[in-house]
Amino acid sequence: MEKFIQLTDTAIPLPTENIDTDQIIPARFLKATDKKGFGDNVFRDWRYLKNGSVNTNFVLNNTEFKGSILVAGNNFGCGSSREHAAWALVGYGFKVIISSFFADIFKGNALNNGLLPLQVSSEFLKKLLQEIQENPSTKIIVDLEKQSLKTSVGNVTFDIDTYKKVCMTNGYDDIDFLISKKEKIAAFEAAL
Amino acid sequence: MGKTLFDKVWDAHVVDTVKNGPQVLYIDKHLIHEVTSPQAFNELEERKIPVARPDKIVATADHNTPTINQHLPIKDKLSRLQLEQLTKNCKKNNITLYGLGHENNGIVHVIAPELGITQPGMTMVCGDSHTSTHGAFGTIAFGIGTSQVAQVFASQCLLIEKPKSLRVNVNGKLKKGVLPKDVILYIIAKLGTNSGTGYFCEYAGNVFEEMSMEGRMTVCNMSIEMGARGGMIAPDETTFKYVKGKEFASKGDEFDKKVAYWKTLPTDDGAVFDKEYSFDAADIEPMLTYGTNPGMGIKITEKIPLNTDDSFQKSLAYMNFKAGETLIGKSINYVFLGSCTNSRIEDFRIAANYVKGKQKATNVHAWLVPGSQRVAKQIQEEGLDTIFTQAGFKLREPGCSACLAMNDDKIPEGEYCVSTSNRNFEGRQGQGARTILASPLMAVATAVHGKIIDITKH
Repeated sequence: MEKFIQLTDTAIPLPTENIDTDQIIPARFLKATDKKGFGDNVFRDWRYLKNGSVNTNFVLNNTEFKGSILVAGNNFGCGSSREHAAWALVGYGFKVIISSFFADIFKGNALNNGLLPLQVSSEFLKKLLQEIQENPSTKIIVDLEKQSLKTSVGNVTFDIDTYKKVCMTNGYDDIDFLISKKEKIAAFEAAL
Repeated sequence: MGKTLFDKVWDAHVVDTVKNGPQVLYIDKHLIHEVTSPQAFNELEERKIPVARPDKIVATADHNTPTINQHLPIKDKLSRLQLEQLTKNCKKNNITLYGLGHENNGIVHVIAPELGITQPGMTMVCGDSHTSTHGAFGTIAFGIGTSQVAQVFASQCLLIEKPKSLRVNVNGKLKKGVLPKDVILYIIAKLGTNSGTGYFCEYAGNVFEEMSMEGRMTVCNMSIEMGARGGMIAPDETTFKYVKGKEFASKGDEFDKKVAYWKTLPTDDGAVFDKEYSFDAADIEPMLTYGTNPGMGIKITEKIPLNTDDSFQKSLAYMNFKAGETLIGKSINYVFLGSCTNSRIEDFRIAANYVKGKQKATNVHAWLVPGSQRVAKQIQEEGLDTIFTQAGFKLREPGCSACLAMNDDKIPEGEYCVSTSNRNFEGRQGQGARTILASPLMAVATAVHGKIIDITKH
């Protein structure tokens, strides 16, 4: 997993609420047996019209907005447990998702792929979305070490599990950790 | 202070606790399928880590399988390769696989309970969010991502923070025509799609106590649709009777010993939940969804509510519905009876009982998809297939089918489908398809009438 320490970038606003993992990556693209190529199909049915042409009304196709930070509406990532959603977002180039609420399984999947789900208050999210829409070149600074988010509409701090923060900033994953617990696991199994 | 059912099962599986962090939770059963496992196998292979406990893993092929002509080679190349990959991975790692055509094959959340793999007091995971189904047995069961599938392969454990606790009580007498599916759709419509996020939910009250195991599975299945990682119902005589005699259940004294332990699991009097809700069973009616998330549900007699919120408006536009409209009388061309929510024998009995002596409407394409080979066999043994055939219906072969439309079972663009599945997201059943979630009874009634009817008046 890639390390994540600090990031300064512009952001893409997507205020829709309850964006489910079927929108992030539709089921018909889940047939691959590796993690490659999902980025091409992220938000597929919103990015392209039914006849296959580009949907110019969708924000990812609006050249005004660029960046590796996605700012999305409440309850992002609900629905299916498919980690393909996290692979698709990472594959497209996103490194941070800011929302006022994340679904559980998606949040875990994102963290396991070096994609930072960053939760802010709904008031702050509203202000930030408006600012990006009015001023697409506005820069956002994410500092995982300090757990801070700096923007032109204010600075806030965010929460992250201490263990997950260590994993993200060092590029460790849970498998390494669990294997280090082998003896304890064996003792637990022996007592079953 | 008393302990909850969830606390008792969770605490019995904690191997270790990270300071200010997650816990190491031991997993009793790991279910896998073709879609969310290949990358996890690759990960282990690349890192040269062996699968720790292949004997605790059971595999099936369900998400990406055809529901007609299963005996023929799969036409779609990518689907075929994905299934071949599962077979190879299971063989290499000594994992039991109930592949396509096997007598135990079927939807992962249908086969594990019917084979007795699912038992009270266990911890179970699967790379599928509807793993919550198994909570019907008083099991901690939840969906995980593929990185976590790899973690469980490597260690038989999961690194996870303990969720908070939530209890939903439903007491009273259910009205005629109200099924377990209506109960859970009602709860989700009342509480919303993210009310349970961060929580594990226990369903309590006489309504759940009086339900069959099939009904309890339908309820627990949709826990994730209100955001909860899992749902549980306390094990009782109904549970023990269901598990007894199943292929993978213990026998004789061993079974009695287990039952004695399972009897200690229900939530203690005085146990406190982080959040609690109570509903009156008499307020529940047959339910339908009108939008693009499972929380957008109304009673059959209600009209689509008015809401000026952008996301709500976008959702109604997708469905081509208007605020203030009733769904009664809407012409419907597609009906799907199936999925891990409603594809068990009880669902087909309800459906057969309704269609007996009636005829499917000519405008309706109805897909009846049993959850497993065993359910399909039982349908035949009970003579339900004859009833369906006489009423103009045809049964398909087991699989996830049009619930997620990964295979060819796709609802055409712009068409409505009254579906017994669990998600009405945009495009879930096919690009541009419009899903209306409902009970098996509402689904077959729609198929017979060619439009949505108020079942309580029939």
